Amino acid sequence: MDIIRLFTTHRKLLAVGSLLLILIFLTTFPLYGNDYYIRLLTTILMYTVLAVSWAMFSGATGYMSLATAAFFGVGVMTTAFLEGTLPFLVIIVIGGLLASALAFLIGLVTLRLRGVYFAIFSFGFVMFIGEIVFYIDTHILHNIWGHNLTPPDPGVLLYMMLGLVVVTLVTIYFIRRSRYGLALLSIGGNEEAAKHMGINTTRTKVILFTISAVFMGAAGAIFAPAIIHIQARIAFNIFNSFLPILMAIFGGMGQFYGPVVGAFVFGYLDAALKVEFQQYFMLGFGIILILVILFLPNGLAGLVPMLQGKLGGVIAKWRKGGEAEQHANT
Amino acid sequence: MRTLEGQGVTKYFGGLAAVSNVDFHVDRGEIVGLIGPNGAGKTTLFNLTSGALPLSSGEITFKGQKIRGLKPHRVCKMGVSRTFQETKVFGNMPVLQNVLVGAFFGSPNRISAADAAREASQALEFVGLSAMAGNSIQDLTLVSQKRVEVARALATRPELLLLDELMAGLNPAEVSEAMELVAKIRDTGITIFIVEHVMKAIMGICERIMVLHHGEKIAEGTPQEIASNKTVIEIYLGEETHAGS
Repeated sequence: MDIIRLFTTHRKLLAVGSLLLILIFLTTFPLYGNDYYIRLLTTILMYTVLAVSWAMFSGATGYMSLATAAFFGVGVMTTAFLEGTLPFLVIIVIGGLLASALAFLIGLVTLRLRGVYFAIFSFGFVMFIGEIVFYIDTHILHNIWGHNLTPPDPGVLLYMMLGLVVVTLVTIYFIRRSRYGLALLSIGGNEEAAKHMGINTTRTKVILFTISAVFMGAAGAIFAPAIIHIQARIAFNIFNSFLPILMAIFGGMGQFYGPVVGAFVFGYLDAALKVEFQQYFMLGFGIILILVILFLPNGLAGLVPMLQGKLGGVIAKWRKGGEAEQHANT
Repeated sequence: MRTLEGQGVTKYFGGLAAVSNVDFHVDRGEIVGLIGPNGAGKTTLFNLTSGALPLSSGEITFKGQKIRGLKPHRVCKMGVSRTFQETKVFGNMPVLQNVLVGAFFGSPNRISAADAAREASQALEFVGLSAMAGNSIQDLTLVSQKRVEVARALATRPELLLLDELMAGLNPAEVSEAMELVAKIRDTGITIFIVEHVMKAIMGICERIMVLHHGEKIAEGTPQEIASNKTVIEIYLGEETHAGS
């Protein structure tokens, strides 16, 4: 009974408690985890940032942005160019700001495109900017062999990424709860109606798209040293656009924590399957994704209300049964 | 006092004049009906008024302020709200949330979350859907969804409400309920401009009716005048015989 009560009446307490536990686990991890797992965890946290900030904008509005890799790449290149000249924290901020400046310009021009056209444009944009930066880097600045960064302490990198995850989650949590969150959602629901309800849809879209890119750029700037050898074509890898989307869908976009769960499960599966089945891991991946989409249309996060419903039903039945028994006894 | 006034309102789609040189006005506190056969330009006229479409020429003013060149969200904040011929609800949120969007963003001043919530539940109560507040909007019938649209429009605190075919697809009992609702809205001091195909309803509630045909205004007057207007009868009868053949 007490356990049931704990789950029903103290849900907030429970959520905060488990959050704290996870945070303690993550912060103490470098003390006992080996380098491989620290790196894996850093990568997963990096994808968490990308997936959550992608879902904040695209999940709510339905504007499928494939430009994530561009903003991430801008962050990576910022570190590649500036490493050693400025404190790392300053570089991260610059990376985020550059990415958001780019997102602002792109948003102004393209966020009037609907549906698949926006997706295609943002996809092409990643290719375009990747090639431009590559050209400038090799032909004009003559960094023909790319940039070799100082290998960092994996623990420090993990802490930085963890810090960014916390900042991202807190910011986006409040955005989702704010009137901007409601405005974004209404744009996804019906943009025409949203306009007529007094929402400046263009401004809302551009501002929130810009904000989402700050986190993506910062993630790139932090992650850059982990890549060690950086070339523009690696920095602007289009996979960094697709993976966060898969993670967000996998985890479920209806809930705030969905993309986080998705990034962790997906990120771990990705690494584990790659090690186990080098040849077939994509196949296994595909099957898992299809199963999730077929049976969990709301992603892994959709499991929670589903289970709650089932569990609630069982509990209610059990209680009724108990009452009936009492009635029978009297 | 003129709430809404249009002079020489014209809209071209390519070479086709959807609305052509229409003068019209809606006075404060009136219910004005807009009728006409399919493709007459009724919804286009609404779209021009709400800022959804730019005018080709002419001018529309709301309380003396020009609407030309304003985006829909500006027009909404001025005090013009509307519903849509094909319901445009926010399918990704519950009923109350739908209305909340109107309450939050529709008024010219920034309002607090608590005020918006109160406004939204009042509007929902006004249209008689309080019991559905927590439901998913997708679970509602089309009739109820249209009522949610009305509540959402009311939550923006409009002075002028544009109702686009509120009663299409309703059965007679629902039509009279909808008529009551429209009258109730007018009684709160909101001016109403309504497009409708259900003649019984439009004749019953409007103080003045204007008729569009091929984008031109062909008649205007009280319901009795319109009902006995030869051109109007010809157009409607003509259509009916055509549809019957």
